[in-house]
Amino acid sequence: MDFIYSIISPQVLSQILVGLSRTVILFIVSSGMSLILGVLRIPNVAHGSLYMIGAYMAFSVSHFFGGSDIGFWLALIGAPLGVALVSLVAERGLFQYLYEREHLMLLLLTFAVSLVFGDLVKIVWGAAYKSVPVPQVFQGFVLLFGNLPFPRYNTFLLVIGPLVAIVLWLIVNKTKIGKISRAAAVDREMVGAVGINVSWVFGIVFVIGCLLAGLGGALVSPTVSVTLGMDHTLIIETFLIVTIGGLGNIWGALLGALIFGLTQSLGILIWPQFGIIFPYAAVVVVLLFRPTGLLKSTW
Amino acid sequence: MAGRAGQKKYINLYIAIAILLLFPLFLPRFYIYLISIILLYGLLATSLNIVLGYGGIFQFHHAVFYGVGAYGIALVLTKTGFPPWIGFIIGPLISAALSLIMGLICIRLSKLYFGMLQISLGSLVWAIVYRWYSFTGGDDGIHGIPIPELLQSPNGAYYFTLIITVISMWLMYKIIKSPFGSVLQGIRDNPVRSEMIGVNVKKHQLLGLVIAGFFAGVAGMVFVVVDNTVFPDMMFWTFSLEVLIMCLLGGWFSFLGPMLGAAVVVALRTFVSTFTVYWALVLGIIMILVIFFLPNGILGYVEEIIKRRSQTGSTIKG
Repeated sequence: MDFIYSIISPQVLSQILVGLSRTVILFIVSSGMSLILGVLRIPNVAHGSLYMIGAYMAFSVSHFFGGSDIGFWLALIGAPLGVALVSLVAERGLFQYLYEREHLMLLLLTFAVSLVFGDLVKIVWGAAYKSVPVPQVFQGFVLLFGNLPFPRYNTFLLVIGPLVAIVLWLIVNKTKIGKISRAAAVDREMVGAVGINVSWVFGIVFVIGCLLAGLGGALVSPTVSVTLGMDHTLIIETFLIVTIGGLGNIWGALLGALIFGLTQSLGILIWPQFGIIFPYAAVVVVLLFRPTGLLKSTW
Repeated sequence: MAGRAGQKKYINLYIAIAILLLFPLFLPRFYIYLISIILLYGLLATSLNIVLGYGGIFQFHHAVFYGVGAYGIALVLTKTGFPPWIGFIIGPLISAALSLIMGLICIRLSKLYFGMLQISLGSLVWAIVYRWYSFTGGDDGIHGIPIPELLQSPNGAYYFTLIITVISMWLMYKIIKSPFGSVLQGIRDNPVRSEMIGVNVKKHQLLGLVIAGFFAGVAGMVFVVVDNTVFPDMMFWTFSLEVLIMCLLGGWFSFLGPMLGAAVVVALRTFVSTFTVYWALVLGIIMILVIFFLPNGILGYVEEIIKRRSQTGSTIKG
């Protein structure tokens, strides 16, 4: 272990790991947005609200079971499904009528929906801070590389991230709906012409994307205080991540999330006061050299 | 006939301005403050609309220029010994300069990518202001800014707001109606063709961005006079979206649409929040309805009706 520490100090290493666990959350949320952007071409501002709703739902489920471990696991399943249900209603009730509108309209429509969601959350859960307990299994620290303390829960996140990525890869590449949606991303009229109900494909993709936002919210809930307005900063970050990754490219979202998460955590180490400007600066640098993102956009 | 119709239109405008001038005589102080806010938000939304509605540019983060203009004057007034009027000039000029820099970086991209790069640059500016405690006051902002005595009374601030707004609106109207404005609208409708007939598209768009940034800075300056405070949320992204809403609600193809939109948003926030804390819910629902049924905004819809009426009227006569 001394070998590792001779290259990299323990402090930097632990910051990198913290950054990576942040990356997991960012990736899960932005991959959902990227999916929606790629197939439906909706810049969905309400995505952040769904993330927030996911966190609140996780709180409710966990609270219902008295903060026990089983409550946490059920929250992890229930919250994304609840969010998926909410998004299904929004998609079938609203968005499906407006796919042909221009992006600016869609941006503002989804912003309007996010205002509505924000107030609905206030009505249902109130304005007070909520906290979700970390399950027993993941309390405390593990010692990485012999003597580097690292929160157990973050280790769990580091495992979940790749899992979600693999599942997503399988869905996009191996299932029928994934293949259809990739085709619809390229040419939606042609997909319609071969007799596939594009409207429902869009609906399913939208729900999957939103489910990921809910999962991100549920996963983040034990590490932060669940509060109104947690959607605002996240939605900017998510937008920027999918942009630097290449609009609609899920692996671009992974790359963007890595850049964002790592610059955020290492930035705090380098210059504590201005830590938060590093990710934004990184995004600007990326876009200066690769204006349409790092990986190929589906647009 | 057309000339007389034009004059008649101006008469309405003069009456409106005269009423606005008389308001402080009979309206309570709170309403005077409210109208000042409406006027300056309207000014801000109109400045956005120069590039959004008339230029077709996805200016997603307009609030940055508003905030920077406000911080410009606030910092001159609190941190330097310059005479105040210098701050009033410097604020909008800083906004214009920032708009030029950001424009130069973003202009290579189009549509959604332009907007995204602008959001990231704007968020960078926001993050710096938010964290630079020693200079900008960080997340607290700067309060109790010492503005000149003449403008300290509510009526003084109101008349200042009114005069600046009317002058700025008039200037922006002239710009829209100028050859430059026409070229800008031509670029919006068909950038490729505009390029082909020899228009320097990027240069025109850049100039449009600088003008929009300048007037956003003017709005920020007016806010400092009305409210005597600046804070980082003035340039947070959600406020930019709120300004976009104002343009959409009023109608972004009508010159006065954004002003109307600002009035609706401010009035909603003020009056709905006396009944319920959920004013954002009401605003969101109204917006959804507007997007569904009045895609050209309230004023756009009214104009459409007037146009239709006058057309049917002339056919009956003919």
